[in-house]
Amino acid sequence: MSITLESKIPSGPVGLKWSKYRQEMKLVNPANKRKFDVIVVGTGLAGASAAATLGELGYNVKAFCFQDSPRRAHSIAAQGGINAAKNYRNDGDSVFRLFYDTIKGGDFRAREANVHRLAEVSVNIIDQCVAQGVPFAREYGGLLDNRSFGGAQVSRTFYARGQTGQQLLIGAYQALSRQIQAGTVKMYARTEMLDIVLVDGHAKGIITRDLVTGKIEAHAGDAVVLATGGYGNVFYLSTNAKGCNVTATWRAHKKGALFANPCYTQIHPTCIPVSGDHQSKLTLMSESLRNDGRVWVPKKKEDCGKTPHQIPESDRDYYLERKYPSYGNLAPRDIASRAAKEACDKGLGVGPGGRGVYLDFSASIKRLGRNKIEERYGNLFEMYERITGENAYEQPMRIYPAIHYTMGGLWVDYELMSNVPGLFVIGEANFSDHGANRLGASALMQGLADGYFVLPQTIGGYFATNKNGRPTADHPEFKKTLEDVNTRINTLLSIKGKRTVSDFHRELGKLMWDNVGMARTEASLKQALQRIPEIRAEFWENVNVLGDGNELNPALEHAGRVADFLEFGELLAYDALQREESCGGHFREEYQTEDGEALRNDEKYAYVAAWEYKGVDQFPVLHKESLVYEEVHMTQRSYK
Amino acid sequence: MNLTLRVWRQKNANTPGQFVTYQAQDISPDMSFLEMLDVVNEVLIKRGEEQIAFDHDCREGICGMCSLVINGAPHGPLPHTTTCQLHMRSFKDGDTITIEPWRATPFPVLKDLVVDRASFDRVIQSGGYVSVSTGGAPDANALPIPKDSADKAFDAAACIGCGACVAACKNASAMLFVAAKISHLSLLPQGKVEEERRVLNMVAKMDEEGFGNCTNIGSCEAACPKGISLDNIARMNRLYLKALLKSNL
Repeated sequence: MSITLESKIPSGPVGLKWSKYRQEMKLVNPANKRKFDVIVVGTGLAGASAAATLGELGYNVKAFCFQDSPRRAHSIAAQGGINAAKNYRNDGDSVFRLFYDTIKGGDFRAREANVHRLAEVSVNIIDQCVAQGVPFAREYGGLLDNRSFGGAQVSRTFYARGQTGQQLLIGAYQALSRQIQAGTVKMYARTEMLDIVLVDGHAKGIITRDLVTGKIEAHAGDAVVLATGGYGNVFYLSTNAKGCNVTATWRAHKKGALFANPCYTQIHPTCIPVSGDHQSKLTLMSESLRNDGRVWVPKKKEDCGKTPHQIPESDRDYYLERKYPSYGNLAPRDIASRAAKEACDKGLGVGPGGRGVYLDFSASIKRLGRNKIEERYGNLFEMYERITGENAYEQPMRIYPAIHYTMGGLWVDYELMSNVPGLFVIGEANFSDHGANRLGASALMQGLADGYFVLPQTIGGYFATNKNGRPTADHPEFKKTLEDVNTRINTLLSIKGKRTVSDFHRELGKLMWDNVGMARTEASLKQALQRIPEIRAEFWENVNVLGDGNELNPALEHAGRVADFLEFGELLAYDALQREESCGGHFREEYQTEDGEALRNDEKYAYVAAWEYKGVDQFPVLHKESLVYEEVHMTQRSYK
Repeated sequence: MNLTLRVWRQKNANTPGQFVTYQAQDISPDMSFLEMLDVVNEVLIKRGEEQIAFDHDCREGICGMCSLVINGAPHGPLPHTTTCQLHMRSFKDGDTITIEPWRATPFPVLKDLVVDRASFDRVIQSGGYVSVSTGGAPDANALPIPKDSADKAFDAAACIGCGACVAACKNASAMLFVAAKISHLSLLPQGKVEEERRVLNMVAKMDEEGFGNCTNIGSCEAACPKGISLDNIARMNRLYLKALLKSNL
């Protein structure tokens, strides 16, 4: 099967593409919608909003999540806020500016048409969420408050204290609950998707495992929507929830869906540093903290062991303010992260292991008073104290970058459909909107844009033009895939080796972080590519998964996910190796400017790298979608 | 530090469980409670014993998935702290720690420390939302909302649905959880419209799921990792009474 990448971007000026698309799209008559069954996997912001909206439109929806309730998806942990081009501040914001900031923040590696649509619907998201009862922060006059966020010079971020993701997810969860009650959505919690089923080349269902009873089941539908989040846990330590995994998208990839730009991984600059080998995850603190916190390290190595109070002002290097005077502490995430690594590599880091920099609130507390700071970030300061035992009102926080978000994902066209017909991918699981780097407060925006406003419309076009019907779950393709899933589970349980699943996950994660992490080189990537297949081979010979398949078995769940990470990690490294440039979240040490900034190569690499799976231990095949910029000119990002 | 753990082990919902004693060795005070259990589980697996099953996901105190009754207290000894955010510096070398699942009829044990909290989802499904479909919303600033109301609504909406309130209550009452949702929505004009229907339906569902009545003792508030106030229960009772009287007119 030869693959052609058709992005299906509507013609015409970028500002009119979405209107034109909607004007021309084929519709499904309201009475016919109930004849279509849609499978939605994942119930984070994208999945829950999509399932709820599809249900409202009249489709029959089956929604799946591995957590015990759809309300727990990891979108809930997003802290800072959600962007929208409302221009409520009268500070010069517009749809075009949000579009441009997102393109520029993504280092000119995103698709223009998708990003413009995202900026357009951003304003509807806020309206929708307020109508649902999301308690956004307000001013005394009763109108919505905004804050500014990294990578933007306007205040366009709406927030609900430091728990914006929680409040938005609960809004979507409640909308979903309403549809469950109405009978349009059937919810399967504690149910994990383990494979996807294709019939005549179209995605027509999934195979799931009931995580309580172990029952393996086939679900047939007219289309499958993956809203299964990112793959940050390939690094073992990340700010993702422990359950986040690549399995759904990787399984789809193995069935033919192209995986795009896996090397675009975002490192978040404001996380709590690692405290020891026992570390099971890293905790992010909203980057909104950088609005009022100043980042610094000691100027002299000999000061690193001192308490911060002992270091006089003149001996502190506020390096972000020094290097990027116009953005200062609000420089985009990738830039702020690398600057922290650079300081620590020079031996100027603070805290255990010297992998940390200070984030200091003393100036803001002096200027605004402790109460104001507490109101803005109280929960973050409490969280910091619970984890570190330190009071950040009295001494600066210590922060260090950690893997946080993954811009890469399954390749999708303008309709958010992958190259496999009937397989739609939304939210973090797709690749489409953030290019090589995502701006703060844009993940929530994209998840909800896809789920509330884009997918529910574009999926209708697929149904209106593809009348190939829905197979039943006893179709031979379902039986075959179900057998494959069973075989794999039985294999995992029968290895009975000597090493635990976590042990393998840690080893893979460390290799990925050291060689394919914040800074990559040809040599480090080649080393990873040599080592990953070795770890994978050992995994399949020496992993120890106890217990049975027909019961609640956390080790078995983890084993399946790590097995997929062990294949996926290799693709990530391949992608990083072929992209001989630095851009956004992909930094190759060989390609940097004299002052250490990412050096893009627009002539050679202004494309989306979409990979085709060819088998384990086989080279994947690279397909390229050229990025054509009609509206904006590619420039070197400068935040000075 | 070295600790003795008494952990509830139970194969599944249909098999009786019992406490099993384990030693947790070389535990760092900087570990979270769940990281301590991770370490114990690694040792168990290496000995050929099945790991202790417990619910967890975000490990940053917001998803509400983690649980555990630790030495008799849901989420352990620290106020306003979920189990995943509890760190071992809250314990002493040589301590014996008893670890149990939430215990309440509407939360049946599935395995070891994992319980089924789907009853909470069903209570929300019975009315814990504003009935607006995507697309018809007016401009977000069309309706000013006093900051104080928005802040109070937020305080109630901060509930993470973990179920500690139920686990703490001798009646296994879910009043704090249900009242938090009812308050969140009733404090905002958007939620006012369906207020009466909502409170009647959610309370009925709560009773149907087998949650008990309020004891007025307040152990739920004390156990709540998000500091949800008992005032919400008073608000719910007031709204319930009003709605009930009106519905009988």
